[in-house]
Amino acid sequence: MELINIFIKGVFIENMIFAYFLGMCSFLAVSKSVKTANGLGLAVIFVLGVTVPLNYLLENYVLKEGALTWLDADFASVDLGFLSFLMYIAVVASVVQLVEMIVEKFAPALYGALGIFLPLIAVNCSILGGALFMQDRQYPTLGEATMFSVGSGVGWWFAIVAIAAIREKLRYSHVPAPLRGLGITFIITGLMGLAFMSLMGIEI
Amino acid sequence: MTTASPVQAPAREPLFSKKNRKLISDPLNDSNPITVQVLGICSALAITVQVQQAVIMALSVTVVTMGGNVVISMLRNLIPDRIRIIVQLVVVAALVIIVDQMLKAYQPDVSEKLSVFVGLIITNCIIMGRIEAYALGNKPWPSLLDGLGNGLGYTWILISVAVVRELLGSGAISFPGVGQIKLLPQEWFIANGGLYENNNLIILPPMALVLVGIIIWVQRSRNPSLIEEH
Repeated sequence: MELINIFIKGVFIENMIFAYFLGMCSFLAVSKSVKTANGLGLAVIFVLGVTVPLNYLLENYVLKEGALTWLDADFASVDLGFLSFLMYIAVVASVVQLVEMIVEKFAPALYGALGIFLPLIAVNCSILGGALFMQDRQYPTLGEATMFSVGSGVGWWFAIVAIAAIREKLRYSHVPAPLRGLGITFIITGLMGLAFMSLMGIEI
Repeated sequence: MTTASPVQAPAREPLFSKKNRKLISDPLNDSNPITVQVLGICSALAITVQVQQAVIMALSVTVVTMGGNVVISMLRNLIPDRIRIIVQLVVVAALVIIVDQMLKAYQPDVSEKLSVFVGLIITNCIIMGRIEAYALGNKPWPSLLDGLGNGLGYTWILISVAVVRELLGSGAISFPGVGQIKLLPQEWFIANGGLYENNNLIILPPMALVLVGIIIWVQRSRNPSLIEEH
């Protein structure tokens, strides 16, 4: 039950885009057509789903204060927390590289669809953001951290596909010239965010 | 440094030549990192509820952009092309760790409020974007100025959004080290018999997006060359 709750929260209430604005750069740049938006969204779900659990293990068995006790009881006072940014970003960059190679080898069709987006994801704020929120909120088990990461990924995918669908239709409407493109996208995202706020407080 | 050899002398230009000054002034308006280059939006919106946080965040981003630009510019001929993203990430992450530790030491409560967003400076697109677009192909000094200019362009958007949100949302302005100053007279508020009430809507995160949208609108009406097709 708790797991489903975390998932729902990640998708709707603590949506990466509408509540925290993470991954806005690629959200704005790659939302001109639903097809590409869908590809990038799926890649984000995948990478978030892999990197956050990895970073969770790293955090709990290497970086946190007292996390190294499984090696030797003397390490109980060692706190490597200050290294977490460096370790997280290294994990993200290398996982993205690795995922790119694996997908290219074993699923060429998927690689063709995601190809250009995969390297972009290394610098997508929502991935590192996922890891940092995981550290901040201190999920008690690996399962909850994984659920949170998948939920956030699905939320991001949902948001980018929705905005891409709106932008496709927007092409046929009369937007004031200075607002065209970026400006109106910002305002629409804001309004969608407001709509999403009405889901706040939902719990199962 | 003052006695330049005759070979170098013709190529040397004053530290603040016209071209170098343009590096700082351009990103403030015509190539603003947020409203025109569309970089670094992620953090720009989430931490604009209070001016205090916005100032600290903007300062941190400016420092990291300048530092990252200079370091990468000095290393630009040594970095193999294939692994440059990872090298850039490591340099930026190291700078961000320094900034984070400084904030934790000197501004602990602001650091607490910024929470994950300090760490997210690493993936702030402004920094990676400027390193890729400028520092990899230019000397350290112009790169420093480019970093400064883009940092300032980010700063003014951030602070103007924060001023509007904090003034309308809580009727006050806060500064680092000073704390919140209540600008609106207390007797205006309904609770004290007046007619005014704080606008809680503007504190919600989505309103930051709408405000930036309005800034873009104003900027593009004044400078039609920036208008997009769709």
